[in-house]
Formats: sequence, structure tokens, C-alpha cells
Amino acid sequence: MNPSNQDAVYPAVGMSRNAASDRAVTRLSHPRFQRAFAGRGGKLLQGASLPLVVLALWQVASSLGWAPETLLPSPVNIVRALADLVSTGELVHDIEISLLRALFGFLLGGTLGFAFGMAAGLSKHFEGFTDPTIQMVRTIPHLAITPLFILWFGLGEWSKVLLIALGAFFPLYVNTFTGIRNVDAKLFEVARILEFNRLHLVTRLMLPAALPNILLGLRLSLGVSWLGLVVAELMGSSAGVGYLIENASQFSQTSVVFVGLLIFAAVGKLSDSLVRWLERRLLRWRDSYGG
Amino acid sequence: MSAVTVELEHKSFHSEHGEVQVLRPIQLQIHPGEFVTIIGPSGCGKSTLLKILAGLDTEYRGSVWIDGQKVVRPGVQQGFVFQEHRLFPWMTVEQNIAANLSLRDPQIRAKVDQLTELVRLKGFERAYPKRLSGGMSQRVAIARALLRDPKVLLLDEPFGALDPFTRAHLQTALLEVWMRKKITMILVTHDVDEAVVLANRIVIMTPKPAAIQAVIPVDLPYPRQRVDGAFQEIRNQILRALSDQGVWTAAE
Ligand SMILES: Nc1ncnc2c1ncn2[C@@H]1O[C@H](COP(=O)(O)OP(=O)(O)O)[C@@H](O)[C@H]1O
Ligand SMILES: [Mg+2]
Repeated sequence: MNPSNQDAVYPAVGMSRNAASDRAVTRLSHPRFQRAFAGRGGKLLQGASLPLVVLALWQVASSLGWAPETLLPSPVNIVRALADLVSTGELVHDIEISLLRALFGFLLGGTLGFAFGMAAGLSKHFEGFTDPTIQMVRTIPHLAITPLFILWFGLGEWSKVLLIALGAFFPLYVNTFTGIRNVDAKLFEVARILEFNRLHLVTRLMLPAALPNILLGLRLSLGVSWLGLVVAELMGSSAGVGYLIENASQFSQTSVVFVGLLIFAAVGKLSDSLVRWLERRLLRWRDSYGG
Repeated sequence: MSAVTVELEHKSFHSEHGEVQVLRPIQLQIHPGEFVTIIGPSGCGKSTLLKILAGLDTEYRGSVWIDGQKVVRPGVQQGFVFQEHRLFPWMTVEQNIAANLSLRDPQIRAKVDQLTELVRLKGFERAYPKRLSGGMSQRVAIARALLRDPKVLLLDEPFGALDPFTRAHLQTALLEVWMRKKITMILVTHDVDEAVVLANRIVIMTPKPAAIQAVIPVDLPYPRQRVDGAFQEIRNQILRALSDQGVWTAAE
């Protein structure tokens, strides 16, 4: 099955099925409309249409003075604030700082989570030794540890990076562990018959079998890293997107607050898309992977 | 070509309900290059027996020898094809056949190419298992076992999940492989026709706990015609033996 083929077929089928009942829907099944929604670009258009409508209504409401600028600035003013921040170079700097923090934290926590998950998955001894502790620490909402981290590591970079790392650790740990442990026993039997050595057992059986779980863990870890970053930066910092938001809110520059939120949303979505792209590439072999 | 000697005394499973005996004493001498099919009522212990022959199950009393060597663990010498194809879903057809061996090794490469030809999978080397039909998947599984030059190939109802046409087709394909490679074959089936189409000798098992009820030699030339009088004769002989067990129903 070719996924792009499916993209082309599905909307058309779904629409013509609904079409019979009402006239407005009948118009949606018009070939030209179908063509507009077909393929990748069509999907993008379909996804973007709701936000576009909301934006238009919002702008109208602001222009009519229904919403005070300090509570809900108009889209145009938000774009203006964005342009200002870009032109001064302030925004790029903040994004850079935030990305670096998130990246370091994620790499540290994610790598350790993956390594511990592998080790615990592969070795019952290792699991027995470490898993109870890890599960216990996991039950503490990691954001609740923030004050402790600030006490221990101060308000500098370390407390932020470590907070992010702590959050990124668990999803990758848990999912890698689960993935390794859920490898089909029937395939293990095959591997015994074919005389796989230990290396091949890991690289050609366990890792690929666990890959869907590992990628899920990766996605969740990235999400948590991002969340940790926001909290860490809002707690106190002198640069970064979180600082931008915190600082702007103190001066009631609501449009700048919105710019910050926009950046968080965009980068979050981007990192999520990156993992999805990875999944598409690496999990082509899966039955359930239609795209 | 290898001889298989089976001298089982006892096999049982332990569960919360206590001990359940699955196999009674079984003696069987299989000649080098022979094709033996094992038939018996479902649940009698055929898979259990085959796993013992493969070395996958070592919790039993008795012994199994291949060419005078005791089987103590699973390995490539005892090739195994399961009812489900058990391919690695993340590997393509040729990767599945090679599995832990390297396709970059020219010798392996050549053998894999030869085998894909033999099991008629040319053109599908790069396909993932999800794109294969049941029959094609089983052919990959057979090629995977053959690549390792097993001394004996054990097949546990390998065509049981396939439709009758595909099944007949794969029976022919398996016979072709057997005649070319002259590997000793032991195939479990619950299909009487299949047993007769393939075997030099048919072993009929009793209901659980299984023992050998009868061994029927089949001295018909290959390829065998199901409509043949002699074929029907052997077929009826098996059906009679199975109905003596009082477990045979018209439906089967
Ligand atoms: N791992 C096991 N634990 C307990 N009982 C088992 C196990 N495997 C098989 N059995 C039992 O042994 C009997 C024979 O099973 P099996 O060899 O699979 O039969 P067949 O292949 O002839 O249909 C069945 O009654 C089954 O329930
Ligand atoms: Mg069975």
C-alpha cells in the first residue's frame, strides 16, 4: 500500500459517503473540491482551515474593540510584536537558549532512560536492582522537585538542564523496557533455532521489535522535555522563551506573551513532526502503518 | 541425509491441575532422506513431539539422536517450520532468509538467490512480510530453514492455515525441494491427503497421551494422484485406523 495513494482516496470516499443527505455536503463532493483536499497539500489545507477561521473572527472582534488589547491583543498586533522581536535579534537569542537547554536536558535524560530501559529489559538482575527505585521516583511529579533542584543546583543552567533531563528519563525508560520485554516469545524460539548470537539477538530481534515502543518513548520524552523547559524558565531565568513570556507578562505586554506561546507551540509541533517522520521511515514494515 | 532415532519414554506437563501425561513411550527409526508424516487427533501431542525432536523442549525422559548425535538443544541442524510463518516483520524476504547471516557475504548471497529461485520468490526479495500472502510467507520460512543446510527439516502443520489450492501448490513445492536436497523430512499434519501425498511412511498417533498406533508405508511413485486407486486405498487405511480411535468425526 502506498500511503500517498491512500491520502488521495480517503477524503474522496469519506465525502461521497456523506454526500447524499444534504446539499452543502453534496457540494463538498464536487470533483474540484476533492482535488483541492487531495494529497499532502490538501491535508495541510484541511488542518489549517479551522485556525484560519478562528484567526479571522479574532481579528474582527479586536478591531471592533470587543477585546481589550492587554487581555487579548489582535493577531495583527501579535505579528507586529513578533516582527519587532525578530528584528532586534532578541527572539532568535531566546529561542537559541531555550533549544539548547531542552536539547541538553533531553539528550542527557533520554540517553540515560534508553540505556537503563535496555539494561533492565535485557537483564532481570539489573531490573531487580534498579526498577523498584526508578518506579518510586517516577511517582513523584517531577515538577514538584523543582524547588529542591533550585536549592541544590541554584538558578543557573544546571538546575534547568537536570530538571528537563529528569522528565525526559522516564518515558524512554518505561517504553524501552516494555518494548524489550514484550518481544514475541515465538520469535525468540526462531532465534534459538537459527542460532542467533547475543549481539544479533539484540540488534536483529529485540531492538527492531521494541522500536515502536522506543519511538513512542522518544516522542513522549521530547514532550516532557519541552514542558520541563517552560517550567524551568518561568521559575527564574534571564534569557529564553520562558523568560520572554514571564518578563512580558510583568509589563502587561500581552502580545509578546502570545509570541512566546506561539514559539512554544511551533517548536513543540516541529519536534513531534520530526519523530513522526522518523516513525514513518523506520516502521515501514509494520502492518498497521498506513501513514 | 541424516538418520533420526527417537526413543521417548515419557513426557508430561505440569499445571495447577497437576501432572498431565502427553506422550507415552515412542520408538521410531527414520532413515536418511526419508519423508515421514505424522498424523493424529488434535491435542494428542504431535507438536510436543516435534519440539522434542527439535531440541526446543528438553523436559522429558528418553532421547533423540540425529546421525548418532544426541539432540540437547535447538539449532540449525534441526530446521523448523511452524504453522505460523514466524518471519521477522522488520526484515525483507531476503533479510528474513539470511536472518543472522550476512547478505554481504558472497557465499550467503549466492545461496539466498538460489533459494529464492527454488521457492519461487524471485521479484519479492525486497518485500516486507506484511505484503506477502500466507503461502509466500511459508515459502520464505522454508527457504530460511534450508539456507542452513539442516540435517532434518521438521514441519509442524506448515500448510494448515492455507486454502486448499495454495496448500496443494506448496505440497508440490516441498516435494520438489525434498527431491533436490534429499533432506530428511518430518511433517506433522491433520490432513489425511497431505500425509499420503508427501510421505514415504505415515505415522498415526493415538489420542493423548500419544503413542504410535500404526506406521503405514507408502510405496507410490511421485507425483501422486489423489484420484488413483492405490492412493485411495492408503487414504482409507488411515481413515480406518483413525476411526478405530473413536475420536474421528465425519466433519474432519
Ligand atoms: N506448555 C504446555 N503446558 C501445558 N500443557 C501443554 C503445553 N503444551 C501443550 N500442552 C498440552 O499437551 C497436549 C498436546 O499438545 P500439542 O502437542 O500441542 O498437541 P497437537 O499438536 O497434537 O495438537 C494438549 O493437551 C495441550 O493442552
Ligand atoms: Mg499442534
